[in-house]
Amino acid sequence: MTSEYLLRMEHICKSFGVVKALDDVTFTVRPGTVHALVGENGAGKSTLMNVLFGIHQRDSGEIWLKDKTVCCANPHDALMHGISMVHQELDQVSERTVMENIWLGRYPARLMLVDHKKMYHDTKKIFESMGVDIDPKATVKNLPVSYRQMAEIAKAISYNSDIIVMDEPTSSLTEKEVDKLMQLMNIIRGQGRGIIFITHKLDEVKRIADDITIMRDGKRIWTGDVKEYDINQIVSLMVGREMDNLYPPKDNVPEETVLEVRNLKGMGKNAVKDVSFKLRKGEILGIAGLLGSRRTELVETIFGLRPIESGEILLNGKPIVNKSPQQAIKNGFALVTEERKFNGNFPGMSVLFNALITKFNRRGAYRNNLNLLSSKKMAKDAQWVIDTLRVKTPGSAIKMSKLSGGNQQKVIIGRWLLLNPDILLLDDPTRGIDVGAKYEIYQFIINLAKQGKSIIMISSDMSELFGVADRVMVMSNGYETGCLDRSELNQETIFKLSAQRL
Amino acid sequence: MQKFSAKTVYRFAVHNSIYIFLFLMLVVIVIMDPSFLSLTTLGIIMGQSASKLIFALGVAGLIIMGGVDLSVGRQVGLAAVLSASLLQAPDYFNVIFPGLNLPLLVPVALAMTVTALISFVQGIMVSKIKVPPFISSLGTSLIVYGVCCIYYDKFAGSAPIGGLREDFTAVSQQGFTVLGLKISYLFIIAMFCAFLVWVIWNKTTLGKNMFAIGGNVNSAKVSGVNVSKNMLIMYILAGLLYGLGGAFEGARTGSASNVLGQSYELDAMAACVVGGVSMKGGVGTIAGVIIGVIILQVINYGLVFVRVSADVQYIAKGAIILLAVMADAKKRSMID
Repeated sequence: MTSEYLLRMEHICKSFGVVKALDDVTFTVRPGTVHALVGENGAGKSTLMNVLFGIHQRDSGEIWLKDKTVCCANPHDALMHGISMVHQELDQVSERTVMENIWLGRYPARLMLVDHKKMYHDTKKIFESMGVDIDPKATVKNLPVSYRQMAEIAKAISYNSDIIVMDEPTSSLTEKEVDKLMQLMNIIRGQGRGIIFITHKLDEVKRIADDITIMRDGKRIWTGDVKEYDINQIVSLMVGREMDNLYPPKDNVPEETVLEVRNLKGMGKNAVKDVSFKLRKGEILGIAGLLGSRRTELVETIFGLRPIESGEILLNGKPIVNKSPQQAIKNGFALVTEERKFNGNFPGMSVLFNALITKFNRRGAYRNNLNLLSSKKMAKDAQWVIDTLRVKTPGSAIKMSKLSGGNQQKVIIGRWLLLNPDILLLDDPTRGIDVGAKYEIYQFIINLAKQGKSIIMISSDMSELFGVADRVMVMSNGYETGCLDRSELNQETIFKLSAQRL
Repeated sequence: MQKFSAKTVYRFAVHNSIYIFLFLMLVVIVIMDPSFLSLTTLGIIMGQSASKLIFALGVAGLIIMGGVDLSVGRQVGLAAVLSASLLQAPDYFNVIFPGLNLPLLVPVALAMTVTALISFVQGIMVSKIKVPPFISSLGTSLIVYGVCCIYYDKFAGSAPIGGLREDFTAVSQQGFTVLGLKISYLFIIAMFCAFLVWVIWNKTTLGKNMFAIGGNVNSAKVSGVNVSKNMLIMYILAGLLYGLGGAFEGARTGSASNVLGQSYELDAMAACVVGGVSMKGGVGTIAGVIIGVIILQVINYGLVFVRVSADVQYIAKGAIILLAVMADAKKRSMID
């Protein structure tokens, strides 16, 4: 008997403390279909998938796989049940070959030795069934992202998975590569498997998906045939309110130029190639671009974290060199990094420590008359950060890791505001933050611009750039490919400019 | 409710497992010989802990920054040999440098300078050349030992450097008595060092940067922490403490030879770990280090006191270190 659904997740609830991450969510996948899962960041898509994979344990609800009720205890368990995931950030063993990555942890063996021949042929067979041509013996790190992704998909197929979850698979692909992926998704669908397609790109949803589930604030808003709604209707269902309310009123007025970057080129292979732009006082300059467009590398180069090969940075008309973050800070720069976990946070330290770490290194800060750090002065500044940025925390002594992502981000922004910088470099400052905290962060950004600060804001969320930026510079593969005024902003132009140098 | 309380007990047990284990060991020692519980014993243990505390304070800072230092023992040995060779009583039959009559502080300062330099070079290797601390300190340890042996063989020959000046040995062997408890001058010095290091850790930018580097070195860089400079200073501080502790370790034992200090690095790091300094960096307190040193010394001395063989002592020490690290790992996973 063939069942109607490959997967049924019914009435799933999951709370983290007082936050209801999933509230009675039902989600199903039919065989031979692509089911798009859309919603804003923080809507509960990842939590739902994490529950499916056993990374989080659900509080209540049931999961059925082909009429068998299951409870995946961990990702490995999920794999064994025929559910696999292609992650947005590919975590492959990049020094090893494609086939070794695919069969990692279950190498075919003969006489206790790894049977490389069989591994090669099995891999080849899967690639043929997918209609892709990748050398199984190629080293992963030498492959373009799209190939690496194909290898990940091949791995999913090698597990004979019925359900393949693709988490924003197109975010780092060129248009051509996206076409290829879509073809591949078609093939997989044709094999009777189900694909869960998580994405922010609704045109792709319209193009490939059969079913769609829209989530918002941990609830399922709607599930049905993709054809029933057009993109605008889907957006308003996702957002749940008029788009105008998503962003605070913009009332900053850009003045004279304060920063000019001329033909900046970084050192090394993955560095910025050629970027020029001007930034005015009180202006918010957005930077758009695909993954791999080296936007992060650009701000890190300006901030002195990466070496410059050629080009000039002029601050108020005078050339400056930021050889180290210390120098950049002295010159009035601040950087809120993209990967909070990697280079923003001190998770094991207190909120106070996290809020003050930058100012600790300013000469004479918080000293008492013995020239030692004064607890009183430190507590005062920590409280200032908590109050000004409306950080939700029981106190400044609590560990940073106990705070939500949005509140951690506020503490990190506060850490820089204490230094009163002139130029703030914000690298995707609202990434992974809930809608409410996002709005507040937009408010801070606009307020800072009103106070005469200049802001560079990288964002992967185009609507965010439209809502907050005065101008948007587009980067492609390390090059600046254009700068659009607020009045010229439209998605299509930005897409075109982002793909220009690929 | 029952489940809740069982969980609480389990949590408590995990968080304090090392202390519970050590307490049980102490109980066993006391049962075997109740006379262990006396002020005399406590005085002896405090005396023995003093120099160990001084160099444990040094290595603790490096561990908090996310490193290790396997050269502690050999640096201590070199400091002991150097200062002992320059501080022999002039009327001793086997005096190395006859007629030398340096003020007490000069050889001690010299020993501290030498170890500070050694640690400075290590700091350069770790912070600038990016040699992993494990490797750089392993290499340093061997080199220092070799140098120490050459010096020792050339000047002392085969006999340990004995006949130390009375003013030198007095620091560790004499002191004053409070309510029947004998406190040596060296213990006071150790406590003073602990206070000084506490101030550095908690009341200076250097200390904050130390925690930042250990907590997340990438975040520290972005936040404007000069990572290599701060690391270097911490290494120099560690070197100074090894030198000071080493010089007086020789004075405490009454003589110094090239084998002095062997495996002290493990004792020092074990004390740190027992005291809650995480080998993963970013976590540690001075109180913890003091407690760790004293607890280990209690066990050490206790096992000797009840005449447990040296072999079994090794096993006990190893078990304590492993347990401490496992407890640390478990604690971390429970928090997340």
